[in-house]
Amino acid sequence: MIVALILIGLSAAGALAIGIQARSGHEMGLEQWTVGGRGFGQALVFLLLAGEIYTTFSFLGASGYAYGLGAPAYYILAYGTLAYIVSYFMLPPVWRYARRHGLVSQPDFFAHKYGSQALGVLVALVGVVALVPYLVLQFTGLGIIVQAASYGAIPKAVSVIIGAAVVTLYVVISGVRGSAWTSIVKDALIILVAVFIGLYLPIHFYGGITPMFAAVAAAKPNFLAFAATGKSVSWFVSTVMLTALGFFMWPHSFGACYTARDANVFRKNAILLPLYQLVLLFVFFVGFTASLVVPGLKGAATNMALLKICVAAFPPWVVGIIGAAGVLTALVPGSLIMMCAATLFSRNFLAVMRPGQSDAETVRLAKYLVPVIAVIGAYFAISGSSTIVALLLMGYSFVTQLFPALVCSLLRRNPVTAPGAFAGICVGVGTVIYFTLENQTIGKLAPGAPEFVRDLNIGTVALLLNFVVMVAVSAVTARALAAAGSAAE
Amino acid sequence: MKYVGWLAIIPFIGMFLGPVCHNAVTPFLLGMPFLLGWTVIWVLLTAAIMALVYRLDPHRRGDDVEDAP
Repeated sequence: MIVALILIGLSAAGALAIGIQARSGHEMGLEQWTVGGRGFGQALVFLLLAGEIYTTFSFLGASGYAYGLGAPAYYILAYGTLAYIVSYFMLPPVWRYARRHGLVSQPDFFAHKYGSQALGVLVALVGVVALVPYLVLQFTGLGIIVQAASYGAIPKAVSVIIGAAVVTLYVVISGVRGSAWTSIVKDALIILVAVFIGLYLPIHFYGGITPMFAAVAAAKPNFLAFAATGKSVSWFVSTVMLTALGFFMWPHSFGACYTARDANVFRKNAILLPLYQLVLLFVFFVGFTASLVVPGLKGAATNMALLKICVAAFPPWVVGIIGAAGVLTALVPGSLIMMCAATLFSRNFLAVMRPGQSDAETVRLAKYLVPVIAVIGAYFAISGSSTIVALLLMGYSFVTQLFPALVCSLLRRNPVTAPGAFAGICVGVGTVIYFTLENQTIGKLAPGAPEFVRDLNIGTVALLLNFVVMVAVSAVTARALAAAGSAAE
Repeated sequence: MKYVGWLAIIPFIGMFLGPVCHNAVTPFLLGMPFLLGWTVIWVLLTAAIMALVYRLDPHRRGDDVEDAP
């Protein structure tokens, strides 16, 4: 137990050291702290964007989802792949526009494109709201790792607080450069660990991957295909579409694309990243093996599946290395998320509310906000009881609402007006909030609807309403604007 | 080759076709349950298709660097 905890502590300390090292020689102004001075080449942008693949979500969340639900976990492999296709076409024009106008955040982009401060503020708020569940899931993951590596000696609440404190410290001293460099270590370690345990565990317990799947299929006949209701094929298709479109709507991913030196970086990444994320397969193997070897975890406890089977199968020092890899998967994305949420709030909300705020003040305020956000995240991580994947899907339902207005803004003649975009996003986000708070599903609202409608991800329903309202309000306001324009002449 | 970008629709169709048409565990593909194997195959095909799109893309050259302020 002590060995495992020491290894995990060392990895966190190592990450902090890299963070301090990476910032040396760079004055930490707003552009340097958030977009690395826009000087990142292929390799660093690749790592920053690829770093998004291997987070606590993929490590503990994907294995837990495979363990608890089976086939629905496949969506994780599908949506990333399709998201990179979207990025191939979407990111180069976004990057070009952002560079030309010196933008550093996602709300900047909307505010500038639509010529509307109010839209920028709305986008910032949606971003911050969506980032909260994403941050909560990283803290949940950190808490689980500390808890499991101490073999239960450190309780959940304390584990989460330790994790949140480390991430906070890391953000304040490091900035985006530290995150990119730590990503290298993190990805190398996680790939080694995932491939090793993904091959070792099925071979150790069942003599191979195919025999392992055959055993799962024999024990649970319908586990490896989609159910007829609930998490059905319709759920799969709608969830993959929602998350593939939303992937680069995350304010931190959107912001990460500003760090690139040129736009071809994104096109090449779209070829490489689908292959890079195939390592997730090995995480699935662990989850499926665990579903037979250490059965009995239910609900949020399925997040523990990977660590539970590792504790059962390996000596403490191996558990320590696995835990160290897990800590890094939460630390790097967690730090990017916190930095991004703080910058959004400071630059695109506070600075708009109090004109005349200097860039230096914006950075200082953002740094003060980091611990506040950490406390909020830690609170929800301690009190919540959701699976990691459910948390991420909630975040996705929010951020994807920004997609229609963004894509339309890239058209040569944008038919969408600022009020149209504003109304669409409000309706989309409002729909998601209603369904989430009321714990509603389409199936409960319209019990008579055909099964494929009942199982749709609510985020896609919100997206559809968002689109309809956006188009309708745009049509009305465009006519009003045209009328006002001709009356003025 | 202005329309080469439309090739990128193929992975979307391919990825969904498996679960929609054949939501079953067998036959195993690549030693994995059918739907998982199907997804992996489409991840590989997507990389190949995007490599082709990149190779034929007229936007690839020139437009990015000179846009710098």
